[in-house]
This record gives sequence, structure tokens and C-alpha cells, in this order.
Amino acid sequence: MRMLALHLAVLAGVAALQFVLPAYHHTNAARILVLATYAIGFNIAFGYTGLLSLGHALFFAGGMYATGLLVDQGGWQPWAALLAGPAAGGVLAAGVGLLALRTAGPAFMIVTLMFAQAFHLAILYWGRFTGGDEGFTLSGAARRLGPFDLADPATRYGAAFLLFAAAMLGCLALVRSRTGRVLIAVRENEERTRMLGYDPFRAKLLALVLSGLLSGAAGATYGLMFGYVGGSFAAIQYSILPLIWVLLGGAGTVLGPLLGTALLFYLIDWASSVTTASQFVVGAVLILLVLFAPRGLLGLLRERGLRSLP
Amino acid sequence: MLTLEGVDAGYGRVQVLRGLSFEARAGEVTCVMGRNGAGKTTMLRAIMGQVAVTSGRIRLDGAALEGLAPHRIPQLGIGHVPQGRRLFGPLTVAENLEIGLMTRGRGSRTRERVLELFPRLRERLDQAASTLSGGEQQMLAIGRALCLEPKLLLLDEPTEGLQPSMIALIRDTVRRLRGMGVAVVLVEQRIEAVLDLADRVAFVETGRVALTLPAADLSPAAPQFARYVGV
Repeated sequence: MRMLALHLAVLAGVAALQFVLPAYHHTNAARILVLATYAIGFNIAFGYTGLLSLGHALFFAGGMYATGLLVDQGGWQPWAALLAGPAAGGVLAAGVGLLALRTAGPAFMIVTLMFAQAFHLAILYWGRFTGGDEGFTLSGAARRLGPFDLADPATRYGAAFLLFAAAMLGCLALVRSRTGRVLIAVRENEERTRMLGYDPFRAKLLALVLSGLLSGAAGATYGLMFGYVGGSFAAIQYSILPLIWVLLGGAGTVLGPLLGTALLFYLIDWASSVTTASQFVVGAVLILLVLFAPRGLLGLLRERGLRSLP
Repeated sequence: MLTLEGVDAGYGRVQVLRGLSFEARAGEVTCVMGRNGAGKTTMLRAIMGQVAVTSGRIRLDGAALEGLAPHRIPQLGIGHVPQGRRLFGPLTVAENLEIGLMTRGRGSRTRERVLELFPRLRERLDQAASTLSGGEQQMLAIGRALCLEPKLLLLDEPTEGLQPSMIALIRDTVRRLRGMGVAVVLVEQRIEAVLDLADRVAFVETGRVALTLPAADLSPAAPQFARYVGV
């Protein structure tokens, strides 16, 4: 109960932020909330189930392109197209999982990376439909969900908040559920979980599909919110970023993805404003993190006393 | 209850079990003894489907186990407590037990029975498993296996590295399980534990059961211990 109250308080704080943030940070916060949703999806696979994928950009960009192409070229209503985003992420994750989950460890990383790279190359190859590297922009009508216009900053923040809140509370419910415990058991000791009568393959596939679904939802929402669908979202950078967000905030914690995404976002933002060698600064901070808080900031907090933090 | 007939099994090209035959009966404790590398742990792993059985038959109440998906085997009512306990460290005691309970759809009555066997676990329900003492971890490992309500329990050196009071508790638990009709297969190296608990003793040598004797026929100075265990 105490933990639920803590998470609800964080959500209340995030909801209240929109009323005090200046315009620049208001847009940043909306962006962070959607990217944190992507990180929550990644965390279900990596943080809770132990699946280190290097191909999550496939699910994020898959959701983004499914929604973007359907609304832009397929003539779908934005609402319907928005629902196609998570569906695409989930279906892609199921397809990848059925093959990639036959491997483990480094092989799993490489197989997932290859799938994502193939998708990225396919976007570039079929540039006539996808816009190639440059991508394509969405019209104002394509970004209007009934009476809600996502071009409006307040609406955009509201949409990002709703998506993030649903993902965060869903993740909290999952990890507190019996299914969530089985996922953690698989992460801790797959063989032992099998010897207690569970099929680790099914558990990992479920985790990957849920992860893909959330990643796809984040990608679809991101595309509609900012009116742009581009090939860079399918590049390897967008597979590495959620890993760093989750590691920074705390893998296997519900709030870690938000904290990590926000910190890295503003670290890059600040470093690039003071030096052209911003990547060097970011790299140095990440090295310090690995040295002093290898389980991430909330992981450190959990080690130092807040043991029940989910 | 459980029979193995002419089982060959191993790891890749390394064959460990060579025509091993073995039997465990309901309401009996069968101790398995042998030198290091004789194949005791591999025998338990073969029963659980963790190593490939290349020939022979493994039957539980007549049902074939070889060829079953490994996660199906515990669902038939076999609990396995391996060496090293292998708990889910970040999960609490209650959550570790719950994972055992969920497998066969068991509920609070089974959990209560386990907590009656190990009252210490009741005091630690909300504690992470990784923070328990060695003896408490072993209690939890056995308790989690008992959550499956097994008719056959495989214990691989459960008293290794434990203090005497814990050893006594675990032995007492094994006796109670035997009284409840559970077939217990106990891999054990301590002669006094074997003579105290066992109904029968199977001596394993180079991947097969070389000799099975009623425990009542053995004494601490029996030559079989020197011959097959080296003590």
C-alpha cells in the first residue's frame, strides 16, 4: 500500500509539473514521458526478465511506422492508427521472440540487433513509402484524436501523461502479480524456475511481447505527438538509449525508467549547451555511474534500505 | 513409485550414467551414496529431465518421464532440492513459496503445512531470500519444493554446510515426510545421517547402482562405505 501511494504521488507530481514548467521544458517533459514509457517496456524485458535485447528500436519504430503510415497513407482515423502502434510492436516482438528466444546471452543480443538492423535497412530501401532516412511529417488532421489536437502543448502533455501513467501502473501491477514473480524467477535462475514446473520460454515470450507492445505504443504516440516519423528512430541508437535509461535509473525498478530517461535527457541537453564534446561528458557520467551505482540510482536506494521498492 | 531401468545419460559426449537402475518407494527414504563424480547428482538431474537420457526408461507410477519437457516433470509431483539451494534471492520468503504453490494450483492450506514444518520461515515471510542464513535458506528451498505437494522428493546433500541444530531439523522433516507417504531420495555423504534416516541405501559407482541394501543391514563400520564412498 505504501509503495502504491509512493507511485501515485510521483504521478501526481508529474501531472502537476505541466502547470509550472516553462514552454521549453513543458515540451521536453512530454517527450521524456513518452520515452520513459518506452524505457518501461524495455525494463520489463531487461530489468525484470533478464532479456538484454539490442533490437528494441524495431518495436519502437515499428509502432511509430505502423501508426504513421496507416494515418498518412492508409487513410485510417488517427485513433485507429494509434491502436495499431502497440499491436505492431507486440506482433513484431512475438515474431522476433519465437526465433530469438531459442538463443541466450550474447547470441540473443546479436539476433535481436540483426532484426532491428534489417528493419532499419528495409525502411531505407523502401524509401518511396517510408520516406527513407528523412522520414515524413504528419499533417495537422492526422494528429487530431477526435476533439484532442496533439499539436496543442497542453493536450500533448496530457496524452503523454496518460500513456506514461497507464504504462507505469500496468508495470507496477505486473511485477506485483504472480506472473511478475515468475518473470523475476526466470531472471534469477531459469533452470530452477523450470524445475518448479514453469516453462521459461513462455514466460520470456510473454515478457518480450508486453515489452514490444509498450515500446510500440510509445513509438506510435511519439510520432503523432511530434508529427514526424523518421528512419533514425529505427537505428541502433534507439536500441541503446533505453538500455542506458534503465541502467541509469535502476533496472528492475518501476520508477527507474522515468528517472533515468529524465536524467540522461537533461544531461545531454546541458552538456551540449556548454561544450561541443558533450558526448565525452555524458560518457564520463555513465562511467561514474557504473563505478558507484552499478544497479542504477534507484537500485542503489533499494540496496541502502528501501528494500521493498518494486 | 519411481523406477529407472538401464538409464544412460550425460552431458554432450560425456556419458555419466551407464545403464543405471534404481527404485524409490512411497513412504521410504532411499539414500544414494557414492564417491564424487560417481553420478549421484546426474541421476537426480536425469529424473528431472535436466540431462539428456540417451537410453533406458524412467517411470513415475508407470508414466514415462524421459522425453517429457523438463517443466512438465515437477507438475507430476516431483520436488527437487538441488545442491546450493538456488533460491530467488530478491524475492521474499512468501514470494518464493508462492512460486512453488502456483505450479500445481495449491493454496493456503499447503502453505500453512509448510510453515508448520518450518516455523522459522513464518517469522521471515517478508524478508528477501538472499538475506536468510544458510540454514533458513535450506528450509526455504525444501519448503518451496514441498509447496508442489510432491509424492517424490529429491534432496541433494541438504545438510551440507549446516550447523547441527539445522541438520537435526531437516532430518526430522524428512522423517515426517516419510510418515506422510512421500518417497524421498536423499543424496548424502554422512554415514550417521544415512543410518539414521534411510530405509534403503543405494551405492553408486561409475554411473550405475552397484549395490542396494536395507539400511538395517549396515553399521557405521560396514565395508560397503569404504568400498563405495571411500570413508
